[in-house]
Amino acid sequence: MNSAQIEIQLIASVVAIACAIPGTFLVLRKMAMISDAISHSILPGIVIGFFITHDLNSPLLILLAALTGIITVILVEYIQKTGLVKEDTAIGLVFPALFSIGVILIAKNANDVHLDVDAVLLGELAFAPFDRLLIGETDLGPKSLWIIGTILLITVTLLIAFFKELKVSTFDKGLAASLGFSPAIIHYGLMSVASVTTVGAFDAVGAILVVALMIAPAATAYLLTTDLKKMLLLAIGFGVFGAISGYWFAHWLDASISGSITTMLGLLFLVVYLFAPNKGLISVMYREKQQRIEVSLLTFLLHLKNHDEIEERHVNHLNEHINWRKVRSKVVLDLALKNNMIHIDTNIVSLTEKGNKFTSQAIDYIITNEDAQIEHMKDDFFLFRG
Amino acid sequence: MTKQKNICEKGKYSSLRRNDKMDLKEYIELVFSDYTLRTITLGTAILGAVTGMLGSFAVLRKQSLLGDAISHAALPGIAIAFLITGAKDSNTLLLGALISGLIGTFWIRGIISKTHLKSDTALGLILSLFFGFGMLLLTYIQKQPNANQAGLDKYLFGQAATLVESDVWLMAIVTGICLFVLLLFWKEFKLLLFDEDYTKTLGFNTKFIDILITSFIVLAIVLGLQTVGVVLMSAMLLAPAAAARQWTNSLSVMVALAAIFGAFSGVVGTAISASQNNLSTGPVIVLVASVFVIFSFIFSPSRGLLFKQIRFIKNRRDLQLHKTLAFMHQIAENHEDISHPHAIRILNNFHGYTKGTLQKLVDKNYVILQGNMWSLTQEGFKTASNLYNQTDNE
Repeated sequence: MNSAQIEIQLIASVVAIACAIPGTFLVLRKMAMISDAISHSILPGIVIGFFITHDLNSPLLILLAALTGIITVILVEYIQKTGLVKEDTAIGLVFPALFSIGVILIAKNANDVHLDVDAVLLGELAFAPFDRLLIGETDLGPKSLWIIGTILLITVTLLIAFFKELKVSTFDKGLAASLGFSPAIIHYGLMSVASVTTVGAFDAVGAILVVALMIAPAATAYLLTTDLKKMLLLAIGFGVFGAISGYWFAHWLDASISGSITTMLGLLFLVVYLFAPNKGLISVMYREKQQRIEVSLLTFLLHLKNHDEIEERHVNHLNEHINWRKVRSKVVLDLALKNNMIHIDTNIVSLTEKGNKFTSQAIDYIITNEDAQIEHMKDDFFLFRG
Repeated sequence: MTKQKNICEKGKYSSLRRNDKMDLKEYIELVFSDYTLRTITLGTAILGAVTGMLGSFAVLRKQSLLGDAISHAALPGIAIAFLITGAKDSNTLLLGALISGLIGTFWIRGIISKTHLKSDTALGLILSLFFGFGMLLLTYIQKQPNANQAGLDKYLFGQAATLVESDVWLMAIVTGICLFVLLLFWKEFKLLLFDEDYTKTLGFNTKFIDILITSFIVLAIVLGLQTVGVVLMSAMLLAPAAAARQWTNSLSVMVALAAIFGAFSGVVGTAISASQNNLSTGPVIVLVASVFVIFSFIFSPSRGLLFKQIRFIKNRRDLQLHKTLAFMHQIAENHEDISHPHAIRILNNFHGYTKGTLQKLVDKNYVILQGNMWSLTQEGFKTASNLYNQTDNE
């Protein structure tokens, strides 16, 4: 590894951390798409800022662009408040319009602007180490590292200072308001941080990757934990993992670093989405199947309890009487036998004492509308789950 | 032979583009005579119409941002189709885009229905992850020693100028199929839009209808990628529909209006971008569509902001008038003769009194003014007592 490579990985990691923090709150507040809108609509801000400053790394440009981001949020909220269209439509109307203005501004001034829409959207991390911050003769490292580092520092300071307020207002808006935290200030504060981070990061990694770095690590972490602090740490970890593994993947493939970081984040999400212990697709599907069989079992037991007649309890009649075509009755029968709920005597099924007790309790819960209690009851009675 | 002619005419077109300005009449003549310009204008018009039509459904189903996610998700499909076939035939690439867009759509649904992640997170995730992956593939392709790869990036921002007659035919055919399916399943689509549970209880296969309409939305988006590009495609879907929504409460009128708005945005956008140097068509079309939206938001008679504000002010004035009248009624009630005169100065601003409101009451013949005194008329007293206590009067 040469120093440029280390610097690129460092920049990517710092960007990942700086994005993961506001990203976590955006995902929790159901505002993930706002980050997409901001990332597009900062374009006119960047272009106008560039006309004024002629320097992509100037603080004024960052401020101007971040301001466009906040204007986007305000516009979306204004349109939404008029009640003419829903929130998502408002988002979808505002950012393409602003983005188009940006594209046209660039196109009309193509001769005097060394600014490329592709560069804004996609960034080029590989060139980041070449633009260095020089004070006098001393080389202080890449400019973008300083910019994003400063933004990260501000974000972390704000996070620590207002952690409690952020937490309360994210999960219980009413409580936050009654405790005296202004929801508007927290909302716009978060939006400002998101805008500034997006602008600070676009130069290095591009606007689209900013969205990926904000949403993907947070969403992946959300599948694994419901604890806010753990989620923040996990999101940061995933972001850094994506940044570093993505860099090496791009190195191997000789392709865009930001694209490759996104791809790694995507793979990571896919793995967690499939295999997460409680909320992953596989465990959810397994649980759904288990529930379906257990509901059938309960129906079956209720049927047995209702009928004393021998013809109603004959094994071969079960299919017709409880209308099971989808769930294989054999599975249910086996499960009931394994759990000692029934015994079969020359093809006639009847409830055991335990089965009887279970069924009576279940009926009690059902008629008092406390169906949820049945879940706990299953833990007490079942030796084997469906 | 025809190909040669095309190239020849394309040359003419581009030479005309070099002349900075054209006047409107010249432009309209050109639309009919110039092959390329005619193709592009027709193409964007058809595209605007079909996206407007299908966009109405997306907007009403609160799936507005789905279009944004789908258009971004289509990018890796284009790249993979190119990697597999090595050809730049736009139909093959669009097929790849269609498949990848559909995968993205169904993954979004999977995330929403199977995990506790909300729809906005799912949309943002798929959008950015697919787009990033697409960019990775595009940059990978650019590094390949294959002379054929240039021009794939036109799918990012779209280039209407690359439309050829076969593309327009494809659009027209797809629009025809869309229209046919829309008319065939009109009742089902309408039901699903407004009451999904009821549709299910009626025995319709809601899953099938849902997949059908979503697939057509994906199809429309994919068609537009070449013209408008992945980044701005969502606006083509939303803007005409959002504008049309302001003018009507009927679905069929809305769909028709959205199609018209979309087509107009396409034609006007193409005209503006063709008559100026250095203007790409996609962003101009989007801005024209946005102008339609802003106009509709402000000037629509029933929902528009302007008339809403006018109604609001009128209501407030009426309320002030009622407040003054009610206060007068309260005073008059305490006297045997309801027409007993009172001083004007006992009325104050708090009761909504201004010189104007008093004059209005006089005009309505509720009040009589005599110098500095006012008195209620019989009619005014009756109206006032009917104002708030409607139940008491029965």
